[in-house]
Amino acid sequence: MDNNHNTVLETKNLNIYYGDFLAIKDVNFKVFRHQITAIIGPSGCGKSTLLRSFNRMNELVPSARSEGKILFNGEDIYDPSIDPVEVRRRIGMVFQKPNPFPKSIYENIAWGLKINGFRGSKSELDDLVEQALRGAALWDEVKDKLDQSGLSLSGGQQQRLCIARAIAIKPEVILMDEPASALDPIATLKIEDLMRELKENYTIVIVTHNMQEAARVSDYTAMMMLTGDEERSGTVIEFDQTNVIFTRPKDKRTEDYITGRFG
Amino acid sequence: MTTTIHSLNPQNHLKRDRERKIVRALTFIFALVSVGTTAGIIYELLKETVLFFQEVSIIEFFTDTRWTPLFASKRFGVLPLVNGTLLVAAGAMLVAVPLGLLAAIFLSEYASERMRKVLKPILEVLAGIPTVVYGYFALLFITPILRDLFPETQIFNAASASIAMGFMILPLMASVSEDALSAVPRSLREASYALGATKFETAVQVVLPAALSGVAAAFILAVSRAIGETMIVAIAAGQQPKLTLNPLQSIETMTAYIVQVSLGDTPHQSIAYKTIFAVGMLLFAMTLVMNIISYFITKRFREKYE
Repeated sequence: MDNNHNTVLETKNLNIYYGDFLAIKDVNFKVFRHQITAIIGPSGCGKSTLLRSFNRMNELVPSARSEGKILFNGEDIYDPSIDPVEVRRRIGMVFQKPNPFPKSIYENIAWGLKINGFRGSKSELDDLVEQALRGAALWDEVKDKLDQSGLSLSGGQQQRLCIARAIAIKPEVILMDEPASALDPIATLKIEDLMRELKENYTIVIVTHNMQEAARVSDYTAMMMLTGDEERSGTVIEFDQTNVIFTRPKDKRTEDYITGRFG
Repeated sequence: MTTTIHSLNPQNHLKRDRERKIVRALTFIFALVSVGTTAGIIYELLKETVLFFQEVSIIEFFTDTRWTPLFASKRFGVLPLVNGTLLVAAGAMLVAVPLGLLAAIFLSEYASERMRKVLKPILEVLAGIPTVVYGYFALLFITPILRDLFPETQIFNAASASIAMGFMILPLMASVSEDALSAVPRSLREASYALGATKFETAVQVVLPAALSGVAAAFILAVSRAIGETMIVAIAAGQQPKLTLNPLQSIETMTAYIVQVSLGDTPHQSIAYKTIFAVGMLLFAMTLVMNIISYFITKRFREKYE
């Protein structure tokens, strides 16, 4: 495996429980800086749970708890001294269904900046909003209607607004939970193009059950499967460069899944 | 006729059809009773109101600043009563809105599932306390405290009734607001947390604005309850129609005036007696407008999330 890249996120023997139910079992893998890492696997194998553990969104579910470590630049984000709010500021997230705030397009971007301590002038704020919208390839479409509701945009535009909102606060990592699954093919391609641009400045982890999408955009791929006694707990069974996973998988189960012989 | 699974007995069908018609007619009649009662009340109110305005000019009613129909020198300016009603209602909202909103935010955003399951029913039981109890609570408990704090407070005063009424409508305000806050999609909260917002920022700056139309509907429902509330003000607020903004003084609300005349020995054909229908009509119009506004706000709110 190519280990020349700088590691941003690393899980060590990660277990995640919902109550007594072990959802994620013994996951060990790495996310490299300025690369796109895809997490693929069948439905219900814990892809989203794993992704949400990276910015401590899991703990919003009252019964969720975790064991093991997740290192972010070498620091354990589950250490009791770490504030989850700070983790989420540096590790942003884009959700499956576009979820803009019921505020104006401008406020959708500006709000995140304000709660994260922005204290500059109006024109500085304007600049940051424009930057974020340009970064998400949305500026040209919305520059004349910044005061309209974010909900007035199309699904694809809303998702790019959510990406703009995430990058406005300049996180290091952007987690994307099936960001294109609710979009039509053209909007999907736009999001994928955008991801390739974003990786110049950000590290991206994407969950998808669309294997073509994983093959098209990602540099690394983690293959997840249900394992354990009753095949109920998800784990990463194989992790490698995407072209290796898709052409010479080492695990028979990965090969079966990728070639469509699974399930 | 032999009974096989192929035979269809037309008698059965006719019997069922007859049953359905009877049930339909019965339920229709009961539905009609409630609509008819409302119509009857409005008719009676209107009739007496028209009679009243044949003797008193509508301009005097709405512009005169004194209300003395029970005295020798009769004046028919309803403004002091409206003033009393709005003063008490405003005071009640000052108590009910902040406390109700905080309770709703706590229940919907901070309380654990188990806590909410216990607290919300308790809050709703609070709404079942008879208002006469709140009235005596105001007179015998709140008023003495007010008189200790502000010696100029009169025995019967608007503030005491306001505070008791605030606690009375608090459950309504909290419960309806909590429904509105809980209806805000989870995805919106997640979006907020994912940006590094704290729980408080999420509750106040994302969830609350998103639920604003529902909260506004709760507010208007509460105002209309406060305007129509009778027992508390009849017991604790006094019987002195007065144009004042000082809550420590004795005032009289529209509802308390109606009680005063209804229970008193005012002759039934007199003009003083007819005033209560005019006041009642105005009260009805005020709460009706409130309920209509609330209906439209709630409707808009539903459209947004369904």
